[in-house]
Amino acid sequence: MKTINVKKPAGYTTSIGPAHPALKEPVMFALGLEGERIVKCDFVPGMAHRGIEWMGMRRNCIQVVYLAERICGLCGITHALSFCRAIEQIAQLQVSNRAHYIRTLVGEIERIHSHLLWAGVQAHELGFDSAFYYSLRIRENIMDLLEFLTGNRVHYAMIQIGGVRRDIVPDQFARIEASLRFYEDAFDRLSAIFLEDTTVQMRCRDCGVLTRKQALTLCPVGPTARASGIRKDVRVDTPYAAYADLDIAPVMPDQFTGETRGDVYDRIVVRLLEIKQSIRIIRDCLAHIPDGDLLAIPKPAVLLAKLKAAEGEAVGRHEAPRGEVMHYVRLTAGQEEPTAWKVKASSYSNYMSWIPMMEGDQVADIPVIAASIDPCISCTDRVALVRGTDRQIWTKDDLHRLSVEKTRRIQASISAGGNES
Amino acid sequence: MNRLTPPQIIDELKAATGDGLLESRITEWSEGLKGLTSHHIWVHVSREALRPAIQQIIRIHVPHLSVIAFGDTGSQVDLIYHLCIYWGIPKEEILISLTVSLDKTDLRIPTITDLIPGALTSEREKQEMLGIDIVDIPDDRRLFLPEDFPPGVFPWRKDETGVPDGMVKNLWATGRDGVATCAIPPEPPKPEPPPAAAGSTPPAP
Repeated sequence: MKTINVKKPAGYTTSIGPAHPALKEPVMFALGLEGERIVKCDFVPGMAHRGIEWMGMRRNCIQVVYLAERICGLCGITHALSFCRAIEQIAQLQVSNRAHYIRTLVGEIERIHSHLLWAGVQAHELGFDSAFYYSLRIRENIMDLLEFLTGNRVHYAMIQIGGVRRDIVPDQFARIEASLRFYEDAFDRLSAIFLEDTTVQMRCRDCGVLTRKQALTLCPVGPTARASGIRKDVRVDTPYAAYADLDIAPVMPDQFTGETRGDVYDRIVVRLLEIKQSIRIIRDCLAHIPDGDLLAIPKPAVLLAKLKAAEGEAVGRHEAPRGEVMHYVRLTAGQEEPTAWKVKASSYSNYMSWIPMMEGDQVADIPVIAASIDPCISCTDRVALVRGTDRQIWTKDDLHRLSVEKTRRIQASISAGGNES
Repeated sequence: MNRLTPPQIIDELKAATGDGLLESRITEWSEGLKGLTSHHIWVHVSREALRPAIQQIIRIHVPHLSVIAFGDTGSQVDLIYHLCIYWGIPKEEILISLTVSLDKTDLRIPTITDLIPGALTSEREKQEMLGIDIVDIPDDRRLFLPEDFPPGVFPWRKDETGVPDGMVKNLWATGRDGVATCAIPPEPPKPEPPPAAAGSTPPAP
């Protein structure tokens, strides 16, 4: 196999600090091909490097909460919550149970929101643009709900060190319930589109396989790990917030199909069933939400003074829609800013899994596999293909066209009554 | 499965590493109405004891490596290996954080990718961001930093090898034709410039 030299485009100087590889981030793949088959896969992340940790270590902890929210547009709750949980453990701040329930509730709304966006992207990559439009249209409802509850459609500014910034009052419950019912109906349609459709099954079954053994060594997280039979879910394994009170189990693909293959289809199954699980969790939270204060220390100046005196290190974790997010924070007494802050996003752990998933599959499967770990379709923006000695750059549009053509071939073969050879 | 308690896990690590285990503590934290407690084991080990400690953890349960975190303490760089064991057992997961302190004069540490292949991403990141020399790493290319990033600059270090002022872009100064697009923050009082400062000073925006 010829060695593939991946050359990153040069020419910008802002790439300081760790990138935040959560999503919507361009990643370059380098693939070695034999005909249509991928025999070697390599990737280069880092094009969206913003040096968030570098910035965070030069700001006080309350400023970092808002900075953390901006790591990712979809995971505003995720990163703020993980960071705040780490700080609360260092400063020994007791968050009220009401705040814990509100955190859980908005966290689950965010999960539905994220999974719907992924469903749209996955449908688009498969060539089902009507399902893409459907997913994005029904996603509006949850964005309206987030705006109704937090005031913002993205960057919710809901989580604060020691609690939450806004209450959820009984007057709002009816609106939440209306959304939940809307998504119960929508789930049936999504399930018909993704789980019962013959073309989707033929396109996604045994495509982009990550075996359980590979998953154990490559440390993936979230639906990517669960689809390969790894029963790992921070909400269940190390319960936090209100999850400790709820009776939940990790969603595994065999609950639906009776088997675990670790392919794209299994990842679709896990994500879709998690939408249903989130609806149930939100209902549970609404039914059992206790009374309590919103913030442990309401005045920011008092909170900052307490944090300045705090010393120690801790880890805050949260099961984001894409899997475990971890923030490691170290505070030194007398210093306002964290002396160390390491953010580990979900996709950071899932990157390595792309290699075994891609290798052995076809070029037309790249968009489908890349989307199946739910990073972002722009991850396939620049794909360098090495075919023999020729080297050419295929754009996202080319790949998308190839993927759609493969789906059409499968559909044609179904209507002709045969299988694709 | 016969599960070990956190103190037993520390005893196992002590047996595997001997004098290499410098310090250990267990922290507990609980959230929610039921007050379920989760356990977190912090172990400080020597560089030589890192691999024996991880091998012992693998014997206890297949660990999930979350990330290798870091801390610059001045004369040393701390690497913190966060490993989860007993995952998949509801409410029983234990997080083990192995801290290794490396003197800045000798920033070498053995790779653990032969034990946990998924550690490669994190190890490559530590090499480029902190200037750690991961011995025997199977792939020593950069990961996140671009190829034209100046050598010898390690963004997470808090000493002279960190990011110099000339590489920092201030948002308020990025307007077109030098016109600020938002309020210019007050200038902090400048400390006395060190005598014979190395490197060139950046031009004023």
